[in-house]
Amino acid sequence: MNTATEILRGPVDCAGRDPELLRRMFRKMLEAREFEEQLYYLFLTTAMPGTMHQAVGQEAVAVGVVSALKPDDTITSTHRGHAHCVAKDVPLNDMMAEMFAKREGSCRGMGGSMHLTDFDKGMLGAFAIVGSGIPIATGAALSARVRGSGQVAVSFFGDGAVNEGIFHEALNMASLWNLPAIYIIENNQYALSMTVAESSALPDLAARAGAYNMPGLRVDGNDVLAVYQATSEAVERARDGQGPTLIEALTYRIRGHARFEAAGYRPAEEVEAWKAADPIERLAAGMLAQGIATEDELNQIRAQAEAAVEDAIAYAESCTDVGAEDYLAYITAEN
Amino acid sequence: MREIGLAAAVREGMVQAMRADPAVIVLGEDVGKFGGAFHVTHDMLDEFGPDRVWDTPISEAGFTGLGIGAALTGLRPIVEYQYLDFIYCAMDQVVNQAAKIHLMSGGRARVPLVLRGPQGATGRGAQHSQSIEAYFMHTPGIKVVAPSTPYDAKGLIISAIRDDNPVLFVEHKLLYGAASPGGGKALSDSAIQAIGMDVPEEPYAIPLGSADVKRPGEDVTVIATLLMLHRALAVAEELEAEGVSVEVIDPRSLVPLDVDTIAASIAKTNRVVVVSEDVSRAGVAAELVATINDHCFYDLEAPVQRVAAANTPIPFGPASERHVIPQVDDIRAAVLRALSD
Repeated sequence: MNTATEILRGPVDCAGRDPELLRRMFRKMLEAREFEEQLYYLFLTTAMPGTMHQAVGQEAVAVGVVSALKPDDTITSTHRGHAHCVAKDVPLNDMMAEMFAKREGSCRGMGGSMHLTDFDKGMLGAFAIVGSGIPIATGAALSARVRGSGQVAVSFFGDGAVNEGIFHEALNMASLWNLPAIYIIENNQYALSMTVAESSALPDLAARAGAYNMPGLRVDGNDVLAVYQATSEAVERARDGQGPTLIEALTYRIRGHARFEAAGYRPAEEVEAWKAADPIERLAAGMLAQGIATEDELNQIRAQAEAAVEDAIAYAESCTDVGAEDYLAYITAEN
Repeated sequence: MREIGLAAAVREGMVQAMRADPAVIVLGEDVGKFGGAFHVTHDMLDEFGPDRVWDTPISEAGFTGLGIGAALTGLRPIVEYQYLDFIYCAMDQVVNQAAKIHLMSGGRARVPLVLRGPQGATGRGAQHSQSIEAYFMHTPGIKVVAPSTPYDAKGLIISAIRDDNPVLFVEHKLLYGAASPGGGKALSDSAIQAIGMDVPEEPYAIPLGSADVKRPGEDVTVIATLLMLHRALAVAEELEAEGVSVEVIDPRSLVPLDVDTIAASIAKTNRVVVVSEDVSRAGVAAELVATINDHCFYDLEAPVQRVAAANTPIPFGPASERHVIPQVDDIRAAVLRALSD
């Protein structure tokens, strides 16, 4: 792909791919989508406190990247992080309970949508100050080097984050020291209302890698296998001591910036064009085209994903509300 | 035992912690091959190698974030700022990330991270002279430690490194007893009786949150940290000759604060002066005054006296700097005011 405006729509090329991997990717993308669709309704009914940012339409980035990792590899996420968590196997029950501010939530009801964390799954945290997770993932990569653990650390961030100074500082150090880090720009075209062209003097964001002497690639972020492939190569380089990679995944934020934000700053035809490039449907089409799954089998997976989210809501509703003084246990850690 | 200065004491505590625990690493500007701008990391690179002592680019926010990420994943990083004024470049990482991650994760994440460096007014102008700790006292989730003696510094840095929370460890340039960048003479201050002191060679830990009565007295309590502690001691010495008995308390850590030791002293003396080198407005001394009002109001026989820096950027001219920063005479006058009511 050469430009951010070129929208690819065709089926994902599934030829020769592991059917198990494809089914898992399909299921994970559906879970992430369904999780956020249900959140939307829960917010409409005011059953849910706080706010949230949906990644509807961006699921192939989260799932494609994480599918290339091992379970003990680490990631950092952002305010728009539900899909990253789903991809990293954070239990849906824990995530949903956190959304409802329950004690059983992944952060005991102390974090909420923007700070989902699960150390057991290598999910180091969602950092909701734009760009702030980039050096933290880089530090996890430095730690992996010092400990000799062989882990790789991935930082997810948006196109807006590349204009924070911390992006520059972290990528420079990662490359200087060949750290096993991978930087994923989820270019969803908008930083709230600002387009990439309106906020970046060089709209080819992957090209910034050149300033840090690291490989920079631009991939079709709505093609889960393209993302997976690029990440797999970056993982290999990282584990081999060859240092970090910057990957710009071109995708689109189908919904508004947050909860009910209407995104009136976007042309309707642009949104419709990207809807037609839905990453989940493109994978389904690819699997059907290669005879990897039948429509019935895909529907079965769709039903499973819906049921899993439904179960998570029922579980969360049965959990215990955070108490007024719960926070007192979490201000400082006891040694 | 042997006499060493505060820089050497902090260094010894760090070196011993690094020998004891391979998870302890150091990150910062010029900490490796140069040995630290104030020589606090002298020779560490030789002993521990580049995987434990990281010479970073000038990227305070970046290397603070790296420290946080490393702390989250099994290491105990010590991040050095060449001057603590520069930590302001890393405010988001310190205030929004390091301080909040433990709570945001519902206690699942820990950030065992030491942020340390020199501060204090020493004729370097407004951007290399500040006392920065009040900003971080205002940030729940971070502990704030401010040693005034080499003995305390060694015991406190070892505790700070072992702590599972972010700890800001504030050092005063005039207490270092080490040369400044460019190799000038060791810095000192006329109030300091001896820059070096006996410090045990073996490792020891002083718990965070324990104040120390540096000089017992009966008539008035003076609470001070860092360089101001030494100026308070000089005042106490002077006033003893004049028949006034001054008790001098060093909180040693400002967060957590040992309120009990302070309250016990005020219950005895009923008069108190708080001294801090940072600016007066919303500063360390202001917080101490409020805490004393909360806990000791009915023990007081006179208003609490606050001595702190003027509310101004620190000017370069030596006469102006002296006017801004509390001097021995300012502390003495405040003690006499506390006694006169």
